[in-house]
Amino acid sequence: MAYTFDFSFIGSFSAEIWSGIRLTIWLTLLTILPGFALGTACAVARMNGPRWLRWIVTGYIEGIRNTPLVIQVFWLFFGLAVLGARIGPFPAAVIALVINTGAYSAEIMRAGFQSIPKGELEAGECLALSRWQMFWSIQLPQAAERVYPALISQFILMMLATSIMSQISVEELTGVGYQIQSITFRGFDVYVVIALVYLALATGLRLLLHFVARGSFPRLRRLGTPL
Amino acid sequence: MTSMSAIDTASLSGTAAPLVTFRGVRKSFGALEVLKGIDLTVAPGQVVALIGRSGSGKSTALRCINALEPISAGELEVCGYSLHRPGVDLRALRQEVGIVFQSYNLFPHLTVKQNVTLAPRKVRKLNRDQARELASEVLAQVGLGDRMDAYPEQLSGGQQQRVAIARSLAMRPKLMLFDEVTSALDPELTGEVLRVIGKLAAGGMTMVLVTHEMAFARQVADQVVYMHQGKVWEQGSGKMLANPQTDELRQFVGSGL
Amino acid sequence: MLGLTPEQLQFLLQGTGWTLLLSLMGFVGGTVIGLPVALARSAKSRWLRRISSLYVQFVQGVPLPVIMFVVYFGVSIYGFSVSALVAAAIAMTLYSSAYLGEIWKGCLMAVPKTQREAAECLALSAPQQFIYVILPQALRIAIPPTVGFLVQIVKNSSYSVVIGFFDLTYSAKVLNNATFTPFAIFTIAAALYFAICFPLSLFACRFERKLARSAA
Ligand SMILES: Nc1ncnc2c1ncn2[C@@H]1O[C@H](COP(=O)(O)OP(=O)(O)O)[C@@H](O)[C@H]1O
Ligand SMILES: [Mg+2]
Repeated sequence: MAYTFDFSFIGSFSAEIWSGIRLTIWLTLLTILPGFALGTACAVARMNGPRWLRWIVTGYIEGIRNTPLVIQVFWLFFGLAVLGARIGPFPAAVIALVINTGAYSAEIMRAGFQSIPKGELEAGECLALSRWQMFWSIQLPQAAERVYPALISQFILMMLATSIMSQISVEELTGVGYQIQSITFRGFDVYVVIALVYLALATGLRLLLHFVARGSFPRLRRLGTPL
Repeated sequence: MTSMSAIDTASLSGTAAPLVTFRGVRKSFGALEVLKGIDLTVAPGQVVALIGRSGSGKSTALRCINALEPISAGELEVCGYSLHRPGVDLRALRQEVGIVFQSYNLFPHLTVKQNVTLAPRKVRKLNRDQARELASEVLAQVGLGDRMDAYPEQLSGGQQQRVAIARSLAMRPKLMLFDEVTSALDPELTGEVLRVIGKLAAGGMTMVLVTHEMAFARQVADQVVYMHQGKVWEQGSGKMLANPQTDELRQFVGSGL
Repeated sequence: MLGLTPEQLQFLLQGTGWTLLLSLMGFVGGTVIGLPVALARSAKSRWLRRISSLYVQFVQGVPLPVIMFVVYFGVSIYGFSVSALVAAAIAMTLYSSAYLGEIWKGCLMAVPKTQREAAECLALSAPQQFIYVILPQALRIAIPPTVGFLVQIVKNSSYSVVIGFFDLTYSAKVLNNATFTPFAIFTIAAALYFAICFPLSLFACRFERKLARSAA
């Protein structure tokens, strides 16, 4: 059985496709930094915080990591609206993605922090560095440098996860695809193209993040050691 | 260093207050008492070598001096700070007391220069130019003026240890502590580190060093302290090693050399 | 519970059953295809490695909902009118096989080279080396990440909602449209997912710690 693809929809819906791509990119970019910051804060809290805070943070991390993103999004978007806290679909999507990224980054960063030898922190203490200075100058850069490959993979997964947001009518790339196929009835063709676009986005994001990593970690740039 | 000569004259006159005074210091880890009443003074400009078997409490005594370990009983004065009293400003204390560990503990993500200038810039608030100047000065002191931009992993163990010494010196400490700084090094690298420490001693730096290098201890130390089972068992000048008074030291010297 | 009638609760539990079934299908399918992927990823032949790596990169670069759509629309153009379950199961299989293949490849590579050399010195043939020396060791270290990935499978089976498969997520969505008590419904749905996933996570974590201890 020969199947003939018909990709003419790309021309007729190029504006929609572009707007979908833009929205996907926005969702991703707005998610990564706050998600990473939240995750780092949670990693620190889970390691050094008072007991009650450790419990809360652990509950948050495990709760998020053991339930689907779709349910979290529905809960945020529909559930909170009923409780009187109505938020728009786009903010709801970003918040859900940030919360999600935070939980996963927290575990990654925790591994990074724990890989730093204790002697180094003692050395920092003996040089009269404050805890805050130690965190910024020694712990954070080293932890991030050690786990950045895992972080990059996680951020790419988050980019892919934005594809569910059309469920709350955030018309990102996947949602745009659905609209197009409901008009053209060429679902297969449409989603093959969309899959390729995501592939390109994932590759691009990976390149971008590696670029950022090389910029952020001078040792990596100089020695090429991933450790 | 101009301040050095001032310390020198003070120590020669013999009137200056000691930089470190242990009075009946005890230290326990849980039920295990590691220091069982230590009495010891270190005068400005003095070089004190702590020797003794592994587990005798040398590192613990050293770590008490810059308050890495709080003492359990007794009195301990360091550079005018009473460490047995609560509320000591530890960061202020540590600007006066440098320490170098057996395992270098350099920051691997920073270059040699950044390792050396991190604390001076953050704590002493030096600007970039001052920090750079300081780095070249202290790195020249340890013979590594040409490796400023290397990362620790590109250096040999001996070089890393010398960077660690420079990193401490950059805080302009009044007192330097060395804890078996050559134990992790191959014999051929040990010499270069000991030479740096010897030079510092000759320059009048006050220091307490834990070492297994008996010949070195005898050569640079004004005072050798033999610790045994958490106590100062015997102390005296370097000559003491040639003429031990106690069986324990005799045995230790016999086995160690 | 939380203002839901027993019938409504039962509706969600039914969805949970479908979620479990889809997850199981995804895992079994993912294993059947993931094993050869793992072998190809760690094979001696450069071509095998390259092709399998392309496959993995391809699947890992496309969102699961899009894979669901591609399969769903793709299978139907050949005239089969497939149920959402079949489409979702195929998509889950593709998805799991890429990730499991990558995980297992890592486990195979983690067995020290010296083990294979030792086996070779005992004059074992290549398949014998693999079956008696490499595989048993790789299997042990594979358990925690595999169980950990099971959690991903269960959670991500929820993406089948996009093609209307009647799993727990879709049931919750439908129920919400009818009753409009989203807070209660999605809280319960989340709790049900959590009840499945958390024990698996816990097991994976414990087992990993046990392995780390025995290695130390
Ligand atoms: N943080 C600690 N917790 C418990 N015991 C310790 C700790 N540090 C040192 N010890 C114990 O104190 C004793 C003396 O140790 P240390 O001062 O390191 O001896 P030395 O440096 O002379 O080899 C040893 O028995 C050691 O096991
Ligand atoms: Mg010691």
